[in-house]
Amino acid sequence: MALKMVKGSIDRMFDKNLQDLVRGIRNHKEDEAKYISQCIDEIKQELKQDNIAVKANAVCKLTYLQMLGYDISWAAFNIIEVMSASKFTFKRIGYLAASQSFHEGTDVIMLTTNQIRKDLSSPSQYDTGVALTGLSCFVTPDLARDLANDIMTLMSHTKPYIRKKAVLIMYKVFLKYPESLRPAFPRLKEKLEDPDPGVQSAAVNVICELARRNPKNYLSLAPLFFKLMTSSTNNWVLIKIIKLFGALTPLEPRLGKKLIEPLTNLIHSTSAMSLLYECVNTVIAVQRHVPSFQLCVQKLRILIEDSDQNLKYLGLLAMSKILKTHPKSVQSHKDLILQCLDDKDESIRLRALDLLYGMVSKKNLMEIVKKLMTHVDKAEGTTYRDELLTKIIDICSQSNYQHITNFEWYISILVELTRLEGTRHGHLIAAQMLDVAIRVKAIRKFAVSQMSTLLDNAHLVASSTQRNGICEVLYAATWICGEFSEHLQEPQHTLEAMLRPKVTTLPGHIQAVYVQNVVKLYASILQQKEQAAETEAAQAVTQLMVDRLPQFVQSADLEVQERASCILQLVKHVQKLQAKGVPVAEEVSALFAGELNPVAPKAQKKVPVPEGLDLDAWINEPLSDSESEDEKPKAMFHEEEQRQAKHRLPEVDEEELARRREARKQEQANNPFYIKSSPSPQKRYQDSPGVEHIPVCPPYVRLEEERRHRQRLEKDKRRKKRRDKEKKGKRRHGSLPTESDEDIAPAQQVDIVTEEMPENALPSDEDDKDPNDPYRALDIDLDKPLADSEKLPVQKHRNAENAKSPEKEDVPVVEKKSKKPKKKEKKHKEKERDKEKKKEKKKVRSAPRPVPVPVCALELGIRDNSEYTGHGDSESRQGAKPSKHKKKHKKEKEEQPKDKKRSRKKLLGSEEAPGEPVQNGALEEEPLPVRGTSLMIALLLQTYSVQGSLQDSQVTVSIILENLSGSVLKSMELSVLDSLNTRMARPEGSSVHDGVPVPFQLPPGVSNEAQFVFTVQSIVMAQKLKGTLSFIAKDDAGATHEKLDFKLHFSCSSYLTTTPCYSDAFAKLLESGDLSMSSIRVDGISMSFQNLLTKICFHHHFSVVERVDSCASMYSRSIQGHHVCLLVKKGENSVSVDGKCSDSTLLSNVLEEMKATLAMC
Amino acid sequence: KVQLFLIFKNSGFLWFRISEDTQQQIIRETFHLVSKRDENVCNFLEGGLLIGGSDNKLIYRHYATLYFVFCVDSSESELGILDLIQVFVETLDKCFENVCELDLIFHVDKVHNILAEMVMGGMVLETNMNEIVTQIDAQNKLEKSEAGLAGAPARAVSAVKNMNLPEIPRNINIGDISIKVPNLPSFK
Repeated sequence: MALKMVKGSIDRMFDKNLQDLVRGIRNHKEDEAKYISQCIDEIKQELKQDNIAVKANAVCKLTYLQMLGYDISWAAFNIIEVMSASKFTFKRIGYLAASQSFHEGTDVIMLTTNQIRKDLSSPSQYDTGVALTGLSCFVTPDLARDLANDIMTLMSHTKPYIRKKAVLIMYKVFLKYPESLRPAFPRLKEKLEDPDPGVQSAAVNVICELARRNPKNYLSLAPLFFKLMTSSTNNWVLIKIIKLFGALTPLEPRLGKKLIEPLTNLIHSTSAMSLLYECVNTVIAVQRHVPSFQLCVQKLRILIEDSDQNLKYLGLLAMSKILKTHPKSVQSHKDLILQCLDDKDESIRLRALDLLYGMVSKKNLMEIVKKLMTHVDKAEGTTYRDELLTKIIDICSQSNYQHITNFEWYISILVELTRLEGTRHGHLIAAQMLDVAIRVKAIRKFAVSQMSTLLDNAHLVASSTQRNGICEVLYAATWICGEFSEHLQEPQHTLEAMLRPKVTTLPGHIQAVYVQNVVKLYASILQQKEQAAETEAAQAVTQLMVDRLPQFVQSADLEVQERASCILQLVKHVQKLQAKGVPVAEEVSALFAGELNPVAPKAQKKVPVPEGLDLDAWINEPLSDSESEDEKPKAMFHEEEQRQAKHRLPEVDEEELARRREARKQEQANNPFYIKSSPSPQKRYQDSPGVEHIPVCPPYVRLEEERRHRQRLEKDKRRKKRRDKEKKGKRRHGSLPTESDEDIAPAQQVDIVTEEMPENALPSDEDDKDPNDPYRALDIDLDKPLADSEKLPVQKHRNAENAKSPEKEDVPVVEKKSKKPKKKEKKHKEKERDKEKKKEKKKVRSAPRPVPVPVCALELGIRDNSEYTGHGDSESRQGAKPSKHKKKHKKEKEEQPKDKKRSRKKLLGSEEAPGEPVQNGALEEEPLPVRGTSLMIALLLQTYSVQGSLQDSQVTVSIILENLSGSVLKSMELSVLDSLNTRMARPEGSSVHDGVPVPFQLPPGVSNEAQFVFTVQSIVMAQKLKGTLSFIAKDDAGATHEKLDFKLHFSCSSYLTTTPCYSDAFAKLLESGDLSMSSIRVDGISMSFQNLLTKICFHHHFSVVERVDSCASMYSRSIQGHHVCLLVKKGENSVSVDGKCSDSTLLSNVLEEMKATLAMC
Repeated sequence: KVQLFLIFKNSGFLWFRISEDTQQQIIRETFHLVSKRDENVCNFLEGGLLIGGSDNKLIYRHYATLYFVFCVDSSESELGILDLIQVFVETLDKCFENVCELDLIFHVDKVHNILAEMVMGGMVLETNMNEIVTQIDAQNKLEKSEAGLAGAPARAVSAVKNMNLPEIPRNINIGDISIKVPNLPSFK
């Protein structure tokens, strides 16, 4: 053995080590790849040896190669071997390699779990440390789940070195395994006050990172952070905390007020620029305090004027934040910012450019753009030049071209910008050209002349044909020339320019526009010539078309080819007619009659689905799989009919076809976005048989257009009035003629046409939400007490020492709101369920999230509206009785149900699913609850958040939907039966009966949270709303449309918000005398007074103002500003509550609810 | 969070996983962006799009022939990261005893071990130089004790190998690393 070891180490001397490898690569600069592949072969040999030292050396080299960009995933297993070496030296090499190369797809990663666990509990702190460091890089959801508890134990390790690493890695664990956040949070919070500054800093770091994504959940930590901020001297910690406050203040205005003073002090006192900068940034976010805001702007100016470029950059960065809210404050520093545009540093110029957006006015726009244009000429890098280009366009087009007084000038600028070669923003310029030409009618003549020049010089811009390159402007130019051909000076000349052979080198989509617009131009020339009775000239133009179009017919691009061949045939036909001396111009130009209206970019998406149209519903019942293909038609048609159906399309007479084709062409021609759009509805009609009865008449289209135009004009008038008041408007939506209210008169009569939007377009907010945000999962309420089910999964065989439950020793908050109310909580719910006479089967969510406070209780029932139970029996639809279902289910099983019913059977199986949560107790390795085949479970979680407390209050209800079935649930829609008092906020234009779509789908086993807004008029009474969640459940067996009934319970307590109140203010309130009074008394209470108060605070959102012995005063405030004051007294076995409130009904209802709560104590 | 760190033009460390090809592309482009910057310009660069998200920023420092580049998101303080780089370089100087470029080239593993004491999983772990140096020293000691007698011949061979190399000039110092950012007292 010893001999072997010695031999091993002697062998090793002659192996290449990392230094040799590096040296070798440096010496083989010419044939580096070959040398490295040689080395990799050697490494593979070394990995085959038993000696761990040799292996470690090989892995060490591999790590280096990985950093050079070589894939080393094939060595994953060897890396694990080295990780599990007993010596720290090798272990470290292994973990480094793993941290570099392991990722979630690495399949052997699951083999590491036990090794890592062993290392984490190693007596050597460096073994633990290196494992934590490695794990932080490659932690997967599985690893996070399995190791969360071990890591949490390490957060209380004796060595600060381990503690700080454990604290920091928790962030990664939370990201991968969000369920661990709540159980681990109390300990994390503890670490904020760790004696070791490193650990403290790590905790601050983690919480700040968490809070950055979901600040509202961390508001309750504000006092603690405030304390830290005023006591800590560690600048790193201070910076993080101040950054955090920057994120919290927008949510809690009172916090901002409190912060101003310490922040101002810091600004004055600190010598660390970084700290000062962050203070300034946060004060900017607070905004409300005018003097300190001015101080900050001053400080920023000093930064920008500083010779240190870093400070200059940061100063400008902070300015851009001010720009959004206080453009005026920034505008006063215009001189300085314009100066920065000339800075040699690109980063600084870019920042200054950003600020320009807020600097422009009608007066200085031209001057600023001129300056930017000179920069464009000077700029050497394309990135900066492209940035300039987009900024110029941004600035000019902002607020619906608000600052442009002279559109001729703007068109010239755009044309000038086409000189930019190698830009990737050709499409931007093109879009602007189109937009201006379409919407500003007065400019068309000028635009057309500029565009025709551009087409004439197309060779200049067409040299680079890269996508989105500058050649895109030809798309715009040719369309403008074609569409507004009546303004062309020399149409014939332009036509020739458009038919040049060079055009065929352009990208396909541009050629297609060329082809289409050639015809428009042709039509207008034809008309001109015929009117002038120049028959020969007219024939010559036709001949030109016939000669040149074939070059497009040969195009490899399908779109171009199709259009070209259609048009070629059309022109040939025209030629024949011309030869006969028939006047054709009229008919040809009829192809393009009428005006095009600009359509807003998202218009199509915004068209609301008409009431009663369910796009997901089957038009015909889907055929079951069991029936074979051949049988299918038999079942539906008689034989003759079947034949007829098959031949129907060819049988349509030629005339009809021609007519339809014509209509289609017209549709296409009239649609400038045809190229981009999905197939038009008409096109689809053509493809499907049996459309004869659908009127495809162009007059209708025209009429419809006119109607819309009229409506639009009316709307414009209305909007204009409104607009006079609020001048600012977004470019795309606010769409009014610019008012010449400033001193500068516009150069021409400008009329910016509105872009069309469908009526009752849906609001646009939904577009911006990203349901895939990885941080969404961490949006977890941390203030609620932990449920028993929330423990982290612990391995059974682990030491009691390590596995001591963290919850028990946790911070006072948890203690206060201990688990007792929780149980009561459930009881309370159960009671409610009883009240519903057990009509609805309710299930309790068993995932690690706790059963939440029933601020609003949700009761569920399963409704099955398919044929099975849905034979018009409305009684059984509403809240199907479980017993009945079970019975039927059984029966079905016995009957060997047909295929068709398979899916439903699954759903019905839900009735047998366990109704109680499976707790992730210490014995459970696998934290997932038994899913069974339950349908789905929805639970309500969130408290109401108040948005406005005017006449109508808006409350937001968050509903967590968890899919416990095996099918994918989609097209979920929540509809609620409004009451007079409480209404669900629906998208504008939808009726009371419409549901509100849930903006996500739910794959099996997934839960997500949906928020719905309700408008509540009066909050003095509790309300119950009936509702239905409809959805489509899709699994292998097919898709079924399902419904789930529930009730939303809006208790009065849920409208109360915990508001702290000082005793003097409280006393004043009571003295004021305008509060009505009421009281209750509950007997038979054994619970301690402390618990009692906690319970009231917890369930009814009160806060304790003062407590003396067994008597306490409490306060809460409703979202509509009612004060509710309580005096709670505990007797021997009873409790009496005296209440005073600004509304007597509210008070009596709240007390009634409280009575129910107390009765269970 | 810190997304990326690099010193050399062809290798770096990323705290998120992507394919090796993309990794190389990001590193090359980042290095290209940074290396063409003039002297006396600011140390921030908006190259974040390379890594995804305009939230990201490149923050770098230039020492003689070396660039130390971090890519961070908006949760980090810009000036703080500049200080962090300074701390890192000073730590390297202590650990390598007058660090030179070749030290870093030949001992990438050690550089990464030091980095791991400062940034973990993309989060700043420790900013106190003395603490970092203490931990690194302790780990090196542990390594030496593990190698024991068996390590001696290997060390000898490696010393011999290095002796034969006239190409290692010890005098390529990475410049005056004691330069401090004006107005930036280092953190406690």
